[in-house]
Amino acid sequence: MDETIQQVHGMESEEALIPQENWFELSETLQKLTKKRKFPTIWCSGCGIGIVMGALIRAIDRLGLDNDKVALVAGIGCTARMPGYLDFNTLHTTHGRALAFATGLKIARPDLKVIAIMGDGDALAIGGNHFIHAARRNLGITALVVNNAIYGMTGGQYSPTTPIGGRATTAPYGNIEPPFPICDLAIAAGATYVARSTVYHALELDKYLAEAIAKDGFSVIEAVSYCHTTFGRLNKLGTAADMMRALKDNSIPQSALDRLTPEEKAANTKIVRGKFIDIERPQYTQVYADLITRVQGGEL
Amino acid sequence: MAVKLMQGNDAIGWGAIAAGCRFYAGYPITPSTEVAEILSRELPKVGGKFIQMEDEIASMGAIIGARVGGLKSMTATSGPGFSLMQENIGYAAMTEIPCVVVNVQRLGPSTGQPTAASQGDVMQARWGTHGDHPIIALSPISVRQSFDLTVKAFDMSEKYRTPVILLADEIVGHMREPVDLPDFKTIKIFEQQVTESPATYKPFRNTPDGVPPLAPFGVGYRYHITGLFHNEDGFPTQNMAEIDPWLERVNTKLDKHIDDITLVEEDYQAEAKVAFLSYGASARTARHALKLARAQGKKVNMLTLFTIWPFPEKQVEALGESVDRIIVPEMNLGQLAYEVERMVGRKKVRRVGLANGEMVTPQMVLDAMEG
Repeated sequence: MDETIQQVHGMESEEALIPQENWFELSETLQKLTKKRKFPTIWCSGCGIGIVMGALIRAIDRLGLDNDKVALVAGIGCTARMPGYLDFNTLHTTHGRALAFATGLKIARPDLKVIAIMGDGDALAIGGNHFIHAARRNLGITALVVNNAIYGMTGGQYSPTTPIGGRATTAPYGNIEPPFPICDLAIAAGATYVARSTVYHALELDKYLAEAIAKDGFSVIEAVSYCHTTFGRLNKLGTAADMMRALKDNSIPQSALDRLTPEEKAANTKIVRGKFIDIERPQYTQVYADLITRVQGGEL
Repeated sequence: MAVKLMQGNDAIGWGAIAAGCRFYAGYPITPSTEVAEILSRELPKVGGKFIQMEDEIASMGAIIGARVGGLKSMTATSGPGFSLMQENIGYAAMTEIPCVVVNVQRLGPSTGQPTAASQGDVMQARWGTHGDHPIIALSPISVRQSFDLTVKAFDMSEKYRTPVILLADEIVGHMREPVDLPDFKTIKIFEQQVTESPATYKPFRNTPDGVPPLAPFGVGYRYHITGLFHNEDGFPTQNMAEIDPWLERVNTKLDKHIDDITLVEEDYQAEAKVAFLSYGASARTARHALKLARAQGKKVNMLTLFTIWPFPEKQVEALGESVDRIIVPEMNLGQLAYEVERMVGRKKVRRVGLANGEMVTPQMVLDAMEG
């Protein structure tokens, strides 16, 4: 890496003192798609969000998209910092509103691949209304939801995907609220491509992400991650590596689930990985373009 | 073109089309809904886009997103919706994304009286979002001026990279007047020009005039936008050496162009010792009272503010030096009068405020001349 890592968000960090020759070498893909000056990231060592970012980079690289034709829109939270490290048109907005901003941007520039990057709280609590309506409209946007089941940046409060019984700083006796099933919600609301994988299954994430971004419709990727710093600590789940291993042990591909008996399926508590829907519906910006043509042609 | 009978809200819609607005996002709310209705019909005809969002928060986000994509954008709402928009109005101020927010004011607080008139959002327009920030707010007094100020609102938002609030009210919004709108092609509108190459472009450059041009997404200028404190490149920073010059630029950029931004009308008489000062529908009351007073041989000055924010300090201060009393009728309990008091001192100001949905009457203004 030819530049000294100087500052993390303008502040001298300990990492900045690491000699540059000891820092990682960026592959050609990373050099093309990242804003390398902005590394290291704000994420805790061992965080899964970086793995999702890696998957996103590989997916975009696989599709061979022009950097100028990709826009990343994010809300607020740990996950929402991702666009700041990537070399595209990047818009870091307000909490919960990534899809609202993305809606305007996509309608203004239908030629852009617009990817909204959100955490579970961002997408489903404060941003839940925008999530279901973007899906209903079938806007050509990819919603990448990194689900770590907690509010990490504010220090570990329960989120709409925290499991029942899970401890959080605002659920000291265990969470009593049932979690949102993100993928089911997206399908019910009208998304045309929905898939889930985990940060342990990084290559699977690449594949789903590439398909989702290529899709001309509202696509949702739930990337199941973990927060060892808050949720892991409060629930005694061990290190980042332990939590990563748990994603391996406690998840099952849809194809394997399909082979189980109905009773076994009903009893399944593992995270199901797979592509749950991939259908065609008229995409909003295309429908609107047709509307303009018909209005201007005097047909309407 | 031709004389037509239309209401203020229609004129706002036409003003947006004339100004080059090509994206509207909004949520239905009385008494602003006609703006959305007319733009849902007219925008596709000129290749523009209209969307009815799920709420006002989303509407505000969408218009910022669309302007980032290069389309001049607007939303329209009323009090409760305006309250919901505040966080993203702050985002637009922070990130200097041009946009126009129409607030056809109604009686509040809360649901209040949706069909009753008010000017209760004067302070919300200035300080509704958290933190210090520049903002422009314009207030029309007639149907024709609703058109003209909408065009101005777009021009100012583009010129100074700021959200502009069009602070209309239910009376002007729903009042019908015959107007002869100009041929839109003859209206000179401001378009931002980005002349710099992507290699050297900085979206938040500290330019001498305080307003760096904004390149749209998708045409080769890849950069970062954030609501966090940021540097000239747009990346978050906590480095005071970067923050201080940026704050200085943003918080003084409107001052540098204050004469262009300040729109007022001074109808002054020599030796007048009393003045009426008002805006929006209340200025119509004040102007009526002015006629009555002058008909009785009284000498009275009238200062009508079309620019509410930044507050026209120079003009109000000068008026305060020439008269002994300034009467401020408004449909609230003294929101703008406080600003006048700030400039000329409390003793000179007579507030004539109503916050019950009724208009201030000319007689109330005349009564304030006595005693």
